[in-house]
Amino acid sequence: MKRIVAREEYCIGCRLCEVHCVVQHSRTKNIIKAFKKERVRPTARIHVEESGPESFSLQCRHCDEPSCVYACLTGAMHKDELTGAVVHDPERCIGCWTCLLFCPNGAIAKDAAHGKVVAKCDLCGGQGTPACVENCPNEALVLEEVP
Amino acid sequence: MKTYLPARFRVRRDDERCIRCRVCERQCGFDVHHYDEEDDSLYCDDEKCVACHRCVVFCPTGALTVEKNPLSYRENYSWRPEAIEDLMKQAETGGILLTGMGNDKPYPIYWDKLLLNASQVTNPSIDPLREPMELRTYLGRKPDRIDLAAGNIGRWTRRAPQVAIETPIMFSAISYGAISLNVQESLARAATEYGTFFNTGEGGLHKSLYKYSDNAIVQVASGRFGVHQEYLDAARVVEIKIGQGAKPGIGGHLPGEKVSAEVAATRMIPRGTDALSPAPHHDIYSIEDLSQLIYALKEATNYTKPISVKIAAVHNSAAIASGIVRAGADIVAIDGIRGATGAAPKIIRDNVGIPIELAIAAVDSRLRAEGIRNQASLVAAGGVRNSADVIKAIALGADAVYIGSAALIAMGCHVCQACYTGRCSWGIATTDDYLMKRINPNIASRRLTNLLRGWSLEIKEMLGGMGINALESLRGNRHHLRGVGLSDTELEILGVRMAGS
Repeated sequence: MKRIVAREEYCIGCRLCEVHCVVQHSRTKNIIKAFKKERVRPTARIHVEESGPESFSLQCRHCDEPSCVYACLTGAMHKDELTGAVVHDPERCIGCWTCLLFCPNGAIAKDAAHGKVVAKCDLCGGQGTPACVENCPNEALVLEEVP
Repeated sequence: MKTYLPARFRVRRDDERCIRCRVCERQCGFDVHHYDEEDDSLYCDDEKCVACHRCVVFCPTGALTVEKNPLSYRENYSWRPEAIEDLMKQAETGGILLTGMGNDKPYPIYWDKLLLNASQVTNPSIDPLREPMELRTYLGRKPDRIDLAAGNIGRWTRRAPQVAIETPIMFSAISYGAISLNVQESLARAATEYGTFFNTGEGGLHKSLYKYSDNAIVQVASGRFGVHQEYLDAARVVEIKIGQGAKPGIGGHLPGEKVSAEVAATRMIPRGTDALSPAPHHDIYSIEDLSQLIYALKEATNYTKPISVKIAAVHNSAAIASGIVRAGADIVAIDGIRGATGAAPKIIRDNVGIPIELAIAAVDSRLRAEGIRNQASLVAAGGVRNSADVIKAIALGADAVYIGSAALIAMGCHVCQACYTGRCSWGIATTDDYLMKRINPNIASRRLTNLLRGWSLEIKEMLGGMGINALESLRGNRHHLRGVGLSDTELEILGVRMAGS
């Protein structure tokens, strides 16, 4: 499947990936409205880890052996058989945060916008290039076929 | 000491658009933007802004713009704001004022006063999309005559080493240390991909760039930084740097802060020490001495590589170039007053040297008059901004041009002239680990290749319009140029006629 690969040697720590992730998961998809007008601002599904000049952005790795899926009590977290992406069904989520504890990458966050459910990378629905990759100014995020 | 200097620019933030993402704060190399959590606002230290536009370009909502501080002084043609502010700065620091990039003063730009010809009716123009168009240029000494002895017809008597470039545009000498390794790698990759040359400058060639050495011109400058046998062997051309257009008469200065472990290893100097090139080469005090160095380098490279000599365009360039050719140089590179630098005293950058257009015309005329023009290729540098400038330089007599500023601008440089600070927000003129990541060689080399391709296509269009299908037919062909707004003396030196005549 195609996965988002982070190239830390090119990451400049600008955090535009986080900004555009928020816009992509907002109701209006309008950057100014998403940040200034929408009642609840979505949580970014991507996070830049930074220490001195080193930085990279981290989001769900869509693992082949996904601990979060195995840990999920209700089956809300599951692997899409068609795309291979690890996706989350908010309808079934009870907000127990077990997935959060089990994720080895720390790529799952509490979704501030929707109370109990979690926010994680959904590869922007699998339609085309994810917003973070599309808007990375230094090509530090790329969408690549990774076996 | 309290500074009396006003801010030169003002950062304007449209609060309606600002989403407090703090990208501006992170991208500014000069710490202009600050986020205040208490107010959930971003504040700006305008006096630190150099107008590099990094924040403007990276702001995802277009909330930022930078404008000139409209502060008015009492009008005075002599004491203009720049003169007053430079004086203030000097009174506060007591040092030489430094600056970066090329001369920004309104001296005449002769490119803008020269117009190109095109074919109409009496001779056909050529369509470069349908017919072959030759831009390949060979640099190096050409033979004086063809040996027509029996059995040897049409063959050169003895051919000096030649190097081919696929377009008459090469990247100027920009040293590793002044720019980051990522920038030099981008230049090297673009030159390799397009079949032209990059120039190491005086800072040596980093070991990771030896794989691009087939497209490298290596410099031997007065500081001899990074010069060793392997370096000379790797290159296609060895260039002796005598002078630089931005600072004729003085040597390079790389501050110790920029001399990182890698820079130090490449330059073969201790880490953290200032890399000061002497003003002259201490073994060159006459034209005979230059000849010795040229032949020492030819011996060292077994007469397999052309030797180039780069000088700044100064008053006696024509006579100096004649001496350089007679001293044995295969290529003479001349850098005009608008040639750029990573750091130079402002007073020198702005007042020393002459425009490249006049220098290249004078040198070409002089070498032709002396019957030695064939003995060396001429490279024009300093202030080439577009493909028309390239073609005008060639019509004035150059074989090829060097571009430095244009290449940096292609990579993102906004010509803010703060290179000497080492804080380049675009990650170009810096060796800071955090800032230099901003140049991704994959992107930058693509931008540079696009620049070379775009200019080359334009050159072909202009050549075709003139009815010429090979660049060499234009070299020194000043009949294809006409001058506008020039005095008789200027026209005479340029060797072109007035438009309409």
